[in-house]
Amino acid sequence: MSPDLLKLIFGRLGLDSLPLHEPILVGTFVMVALGGGALFAGVTYFRLWGYLWREWFTTVDHKRIGIMYMILGIVMLLRGFADALMMRAQQALAFGGSEGFLPAHHYDQVFTAHGVIMIFFVAMPLVTGLMNYVVPLQIGARDVSFPFLNNFSFWMTVGGAVLVMASLFIGEFARTGWLAYPPLSNIGYSPDVGVDYYIWALQIAGVGTTLSGINLICTIVKLRCPGMTMMKMPVFTWTALCTNILIVASFPVLTVVLALLSLDRYVGTNFFTNDFGGSPMMYVNLIWIWGHPEVYILVLPAFGIFSEVTSTFSGKRLFGYTSMVYATVVITILSYLVWLHHFFTMGSGASVNSFFGITTMIISIPTGAKMFNWLFTMYRGRIRFELPMLWTIAFMLTFVLGGMTGVLLAVPPADFVLHNSLFLIAHFHNVIIGGVVFGAFAGINYWFPKAFGFKLDPFWGKLSFWFWVTGFYMAFMPLYVLGLMGVTRRLRVFDDPSLQIWFVIAAIGAGLVFLGILSMLMQFAVSFLKREQLKDVTGDPWDARTLEWATSSPPPDYNFAFTPVVHDNDAWWDMKKRGYQRPLIGFKPIHMPSSTGTGVILAGLATAMGFGLIWYIWWLAAASFIAMLVVGIGHTFNYHRDFDIPADDVIRTEDARTKLLAGAK
Amino acid sequence: MTVAVNPSQTGEPVFYVADEHPHPEGYSTSLGFWIYLMSDCLIFAMLFAAFGVLGANYAAGPAPKDLFDLNLVAVNTSMLLLSSITYGFAMLTMQQNKIAQTQMWLAITGLFGIAFISIELTEFAHMIHEGATPQRSAFLSSFFTLVGTHGLHVSCGLIWLVTLMVQVWRFGLIEANRRRLMCLSMFWHFLDVVWIGVFTFVYLLGVLR
Repeated sequence: MSPDLLKLIFGRLGLDSLPLHEPILVGTFVMVALGGGALFAGVTYFRLWGYLWREWFTTVDHKRIGIMYMILGIVMLLRGFADALMMRAQQALAFGGSEGFLPAHHYDQVFTAHGVIMIFFVAMPLVTGLMNYVVPLQIGARDVSFPFLNNFSFWMTVGGAVLVMASLFIGEFARTGWLAYPPLSNIGYSPDVGVDYYIWALQIAGVGTTLSGINLICTIVKLRCPGMTMMKMPVFTWTALCTNILIVASFPVLTVVLALLSLDRYVGTNFFTNDFGGSPMMYVNLIWIWGHPEVYILVLPAFGIFSEVTSTFSGKRLFGYTSMVYATVVITILSYLVWLHHFFTMGSGASVNSFFGITTMIISIPTGAKMFNWLFTMYRGRIRFELPMLWTIAFMLTFVLGGMTGVLLAVPPADFVLHNSLFLIAHFHNVIIGGVVFGAFAGINYWFPKAFGFKLDPFWGKLSFWFWVTGFYMAFMPLYVLGLMGVTRRLRVFDDPSLQIWFVIAAIGAGLVFLGILSMLMQFAVSFLKREQLKDVTGDPWDARTLEWATSSPPPDYNFAFTPVVHDNDAWWDMKKRGYQRPLIGFKPIHMPSSTGTGVILAGLATAMGFGLIWYIWWLAAASFIAMLVVGIGHTFNYHRDFDIPADDVIRTEDARTKLLAGAK
Repeated sequence: MTVAVNPSQTGEPVFYVADEHPHPEGYSTSLGFWIYLMSDCLIFAMLFAAFGVLGANYAAGPAPKDLFDLNLVAVNTSMLLLSSITYGFAMLTMQQNKIAQTQMWLAITGLFGIAFISIELTEFAHMIHEGATPQRSAFLSSFFTLVGTHGLHVSCGLIWLVTLMVQVWRFGLIEANRRRLMCLSMFWHFLDVVWIGVFTFVYLLGVLR
């Protein structure tokens, strides 16, 4: 075929785009292909495709979508952590003239992919998944406000993740660092597909995130059950509300800044160029106007989880509910006023730097208030050291440390010394792992029995806990030291042999964390095998306080046979205390949304469009775009999107639960 | 859903709604659409900010004075403002359940919208022909992106308008279609408000600069 025709069909995609010369990638590909092939064969052999499509992929049930988000987050955690292990190994080895085992071209992709995956495709899905699962249950609703949109949002997030994973084997990922600063990320210095993979993965996932934010705000504002005023909402729901407000008020900024970068790269505009009047620093400003709220998007729900856990496992009402709510709101607002602290070295002058330094320090006040609220909740409580509580205590110790190094970095003169050093790397891993990741794990251990009807195995859970916590400290405390000694981030080889010991310790720490992840996977497997022993029939295994524990585990499709009525902050605790009798008669049909495959199809087309744009396969991009329009508009011609669960089905489900509960006593 | 929440009325606390009515269809839609509009507003805010930062960086190329024909822009602005008024008429006739008149006003709105887009494209073509391309300077990059994004929104609104006209024609002014017309109405007026900002900050202030 003529080269012109090939170019028309395949764009810049050719056989040389496959990284066949990189043994690590080829090996990974073989492993992934074998694993994926086995999974595919297994699903086909057990004839599960129909079941998966009907019950999971096309579902609009917030609970199942929440679980799928969690699975996505955990799968991507494995990928992101593989990158972390490679970086730690490289930096521990590359001393005394050794180049390590990663060439620069590959190493730069590894640190970029690590950051992007961990934030967008691990932390975000875990947090969104927990909010999706828990919030409607906590507010006594049957589903979210826009169930179809929820399904679509999830699959858009998956679409982004698919593109990032594809970049591993087809072409390459960005070599720019996780925020892709221009001019490096502009077409002149990154002419190949890496940055385009970055842009389209984030744009597609970003649409999903924004829509999911709108959806959850509406859900919380409109669908709370009778009696649940704003100040009676569980704290997790409050933090979810604030997080989703942050999502809606910050992700459009990311959309714009990435769109402008795409215009620079595809059309040749001059937004972030050095010549023709462009301003690279505008990119840095804009992306951090999204980026700083983003870290609070991640950590606020974690704060909510810790609040629920502390109160449940101390057997006490949360100390200072009102101050907790206001602290959350204040953090929400302040998170917009600090973005410049990520680049004090830009040189905006003493007054601007002081302003942003001071606002940054002020954030530690509401955060500190929260910390004291948790401590006072525990004070004189009857504390049960179950897994969620262990993660919470580890969080409280670790996060305070990370918060204090954050305040240190907020001092502009200190930041001039520490900017982009390993001290910064240690700081943000300290708050993100110690806050978000520990929070997600506390949440997983806490709500797992609600989602699946059996608890997680405590032995493997504790093993995982101790490996994670010790591993974290071993991996990141040396980085503080190295940062203070002046080592900057993203280095591939080192000259000074006295630094090596610290990197070796950090690598051992990463190894411990790896054992922690393996133990967690074991925990899931062992718990599944021992599910009869770990079974919970009450629906309330922790003697908890909020509404999600009022229904069965796992909850029925409709969540609550009758919509609950709330009189108190800790609604379920109040119901238990006042002798609530579960209704046994009078069930009615329940109105529910129907499943639809439109979300999967639209997100698949969006991913195909992204792939076409990345590789300049214009026909594919155009065709997918038009197909999206047709499918999307076609979907609006379907006016019948609901059905009624017949009263008989409700009676059958509720009777089964009555029998279970009778057996439990 | 109204229920007795106060336990003192009956003595026994009420813990569930015995006689429940599901939320009406589209119960959250207008709030959801408002929030979406605000997120879209933020997109425009960022583009305005980018224009604010880069709008005077001509890179020795053409400046607003050399490019903008305020008479043409005035005509264009009136097209969009008139389309907002006619959309308002469509909503009024919708309230009175007059399908034919609603469709007529929607069609007129669409024609004004098409006129707006056509004039804008003519202006763009003229500028590009004179060498004032989006690649020429950061000012022009941000100008084309801001105005073009607005134009893209109006074009999406036109596709949406046609879709809704077909749906009204096939299914009548049923509740779902009324809700959709209301959402498009908010979208359309929102674009009008954004255009006032574009007209003022980009064109009028640009010519003064």
